[in-house]
Amino acid sequence: MSRISRAELERIARLARLRLDDAEAEDARQRLDAILDYVAQLDLVDTTGVPATAHVIPLATPTREDVPGVLLAPELAVANAPAARGSAFTVPRVLDDEAQG
Amino acid sequence: MSRDFETVIGLEVHVQLRTRTKLFASADVSYGDAPNHHVTPVCLALPGALPVLNGAAVELAARAALVTHCKLHPHSVFARKHYFYPDLPKAYQISQYEEPLATGGWLEIETPEGGARRIGITRIHMEEDAGKSMHEPGDPETQVDLNRAGVPLVEIVSEPELRSPEEAGAYLRKLRQLLRWVEATDADMEKGQLRCDANVSIRPRGETRLGTRTEIKNLNSFRFVEAAIKAEVLRQRELLEDGGQVQQATLGFDPERGRLFVMRLKENADDYRYFPDPDLIPLLLPEERIERIRAALPELPDARTQRFESAYGLSAADAGTLVSSRALADWYEAAARAHGNAKHVANWVLRDVLAALKERDAEVEDVRLAPEQLAALLRLVDAGSVTPKSARSLLPELLFEGGDPERLVRERGLEAVADTGALEAAVDEALAAHPNAVASFAAGDAKSLNFLMGQVMRRTGGKADPGRVRELLAERLARR
Amino acid sequence: MSQASEAETASELAAQLAAGSLRARALVERSFARLDALDPQLHAFLFTRRAAALSEADESDARRARGQARSALDGLPIALKDNIVQAGEPASCASRILAGYVSPFDATVVERLRGAGLVIVGRTNLDEFAMGSSTENSCAGPTRNPWDLERSPGGSSGGSAAAVAAGIVPAALGSDTGGSIRQPAALCGVVGMKPTYGRVSRYGLVAFASSLDQIGPLAHTAADCALLLETIAGHDPKDSTSLPEPAPSLSQALSGEVSGLTLGLLREADDPSGVAPGVRVRVHGAVAELERAGAKLRDVSLPHVRHAIAAYYLIATAEASSNLARYDGVRYGHRAADAPGGITALYERTRGEGFGAEVKRRILLGTYVLSAGYYDAYYKKAQQVRTLLRRDFEAAFAGCDAIVLPTTPETAFRLGEKLSDPLALYLSDVFTVSANLAGLPGVSVPCGLDAGLPVGLQILGRPLEDATVLRIADAYQRRSAHHRARPPR
Repeated sequence: MSRISRAELERIARLARLRLDDAEAEDARQRLDAILDYVAQLDLVDTTGVPATAHVIPLATPTREDVPGVLLAPELAVANAPAARGSAFTVPRVLDDEAQG
Repeated sequence: MSRDFETVIGLEVHVQLRTRTKLFASADVSYGDAPNHHVTPVCLALPGALPVLNGAAVELAARAALVTHCKLHPHSVFARKHYFYPDLPKAYQISQYEEPLATGGWLEIETPEGGARRIGITRIHMEEDAGKSMHEPGDPETQVDLNRAGVPLVEIVSEPELRSPEEAGAYLRKLRQLLRWVEATDADMEKGQLRCDANVSIRPRGETRLGTRTEIKNLNSFRFVEAAIKAEVLRQRELLEDGGQVQQATLGFDPERGRLFVMRLKENADDYRYFPDPDLIPLLLPEERIERIRAALPELPDARTQRFESAYGLSAADAGTLVSSRALADWYEAAARAHGNAKHVANWVLRDVLAALKERDAEVEDVRLAPEQLAALLRLVDAGSVTPKSARSLLPELLFEGGDPERLVRERGLEAVADTGALEAAVDEALAAHPNAVASFAAGDAKSLNFLMGQVMRRTGGKADPGRVRELLAERLARR
Repeated sequence: MSQASEAETASELAAQLAAGSLRARALVERSFARLDALDPQLHAFLFTRRAAALSEADESDARRARGQARSALDGLPIALKDNIVQAGEPASCASRILAGYVSPFDATVVERLRGAGLVIVGRTNLDEFAMGSSTENSCAGPTRNPWDLERSPGGSSGGSAAAVAAGIVPAALGSDTGGSIRQPAALCGVVGMKPTYGRVSRYGLVAFASSLDQIGPLAHTAADCALLLETIAGHDPKDSTSLPEPAPSLSQALSGEVSGLTLGLLREADDPSGVAPGVRVRVHGAVAELERAGAKLRDVSLPHVRHAIAAYYLIATAEASSNLARYDGVRYGHRAADAPGGITALYERTRGEGFGAEVKRRILLGTYVLSAGYYDAYYKKAQQVRTLLRRDFEAAFAGCDAIVLPTTPETAFRLGEKLSDPLALYLSDVFTVSANLAGLPGVSVPCGLDAGLPVGLQILGRPLEDATVLRIADAYQRRSAHHRARPPR
């Protein structure tokens, strides 16, 4: 009984912005299936009233002073960019409906 | 046959907090500079970069929550909100989700009909701003500038309790006033420091379920908010009356054409995959800290308005206008205290000072005149050393360039003609020069008096006290 | 197998540098000579910085001559795992998606190493983005185990472990998220330590799973690891998860004494069906040695440890899917060639091309685990089980000062052996992941050879008790010689 369908896998791949070819997608689906099967053992653990671990070592909230620090020089900021115009990064023109999700 | 629909509006307002640096990075907050001139590895989401919380942002966000009567939570959690867009460098925004900073507040607005209504505030949470994507028409590329990425924001979500575009405008104006009051933000809308998304739906009056709503995004002036909501309500009403259904969508508003346009149709809810950010520790605000922030807040607008009414005998309307901004209230109060007659000072501020500001499209922050100097000017008027008209003529210069009123009056030679002999002479001259007017007055034409007044004022170069002139004229005319 | 002849431990070399009988230049030259001779087969290194390292060695010698050595380790050559960034140097994380990336900033640990005068000679191979237990997931091909070139050195810090085991460098830094320092240390016959979570700054460590990752040292001895950890540990204001305390003093704690300490033998790690016999025998032998040295023994149990792998893989992949979302080709790294489809297609192709298969699988699993409708059942559930495991440890540590167990269920496996079964490699982490889930300090120390392949003894301590863990490991090493064994070369 498969825990994850091909369609579901493709939805997840889209969410994660990962292009998979057919072979990769099917391989990933099978492996994920096996892993989800394995992790299903957690369903049997009684966790009633058990808090989720937020942080392993409890700490007070660290904050910093509102004082400007050292900036990255603009040339360095775009030094690794695949494409740039002046000190701005460039990408192929983005349409308004391509945002989000 | 048209049904009676009720409008339901909820507003999500994003406000930029007034800090020097970003929320999780030590880059300074800037506006209008060249792209990527205010970034650190954290802002660029470089491999290995990590966020560290700005303590000042927490303080300002807490003030925003307190001034809107919210419950500040001693434990809140930063969560990652995932989506892909070029101006979102980590491909997630650090925000707050299940455990926000504050919930359950309200603010009071005046309804168009003149009453007062409380609008609930569902929640306030902290989050970082995204960068900017820009493209010019015809450019095949989009440019990405991350100067703004990481700037601290609070998101303030109202209950869907607003019932008209005008109420939405009133809510926004009140919110802006309160947030500026506690210096949580400058809320300079031209700089995008206060942005509003409106959720709009309509339903048959009496229906309790909400209709399908649309979201109008990125409205950056109060006028546009009202206009956009008005247009959307009309659109939805026409749609329903024609038998159609409202589709969930994200809309934009084109202010030049006054028209809405579809940005995206929303078929599915976005899956942001929220989870608590493992790079950050939950935000702990112990009660003592909350009380300290509360105690340090300035006297809030409502309390100040009440005090102006009771201590200074001002009307609710006048007090409300003076309290519209903290800077104005402070300036007025200092002038009133320096002078002694708060009501007299209020009249001048409300009428003349505000007029001068409006004329130049200025705010009280642009005023260079010390409030004590306004008091000094009024004392000159009270003593008759300068006519009210002369004083008014000097006001713009004094307000925007500062100065000593007494010295300026002397420099301009505007000392009032108070010498009775000189006044009487001017009056006699005027009467002698215009026998027809004198005769008209005697025949019952009251307007002739004004004409004669004007003649006397001309002869004194406008520097005579009108009240005194009127007295003398009346006296002379009565004798004839 | 040979024995170490010349000085090879960091402590021995530091002593020689201090005495003036060795110069940093000679040391660094020796590193590169061994690298040139051995690395073509081992493939432990992805990048080297020969000219810069030699120049820094000269500077170190000059400092020492002026009596201004920055630390005891001034001039010592060291290697960095290629997921710890250094300003002006590449950081590929063994991934195509970071091909050509040069970091403009230093990791905090790099600042501290350089501040102490250590000389970084190069950057070592790893499983891509630290995801793996064999270094076979590297886009540059695997590293080989110096003890048997047909076998894996373990992972993900396989390059660092091999570099130390082969004597190319006396020390290296790695990172450990589910065992990635300890497991390769065990399989390569060196000491590897994962400190308490928060001990060492993660600023500059390319994140895999933020709540589990820690940087740590690999070297021949626990004493060496203590010196290195003292150099890199301590509060960092740039890392919000870093402990507020300064670096602990660890070298001073290495008294050689274990009398008065109680060691817990983990029942769940002693099951003959779960541990290869050769491994089991040598771990028992090491524990017996510690008992002879005065430690008491008792049995302990961690009832929820059998769920550790499941919890680990849900939490680690969820955090990884989030941490790797930034690799979108906009600001750095690989970007796919232009083609129709807009920005969404560009992201999909960039990430499809840039990430290897295992990384993609983990991103998919992690995305699934966090997605609407599954979060409670998977991510939240795993974090609850994590709490139960932490409570198990607390209960166990009420009765002992450290827990001892094998580091791995078996010795180094053949390259390619575990790649087809999706769970096989994951399950080999069974003894190491729980320390990451609970944030505990853990060290692996060589305790013998089984059929010519190294076996590691693992010692886990209470949170913040890094000194205790190193003390026990050091005490064992003073009474054994396994760390002196060297691969045949």
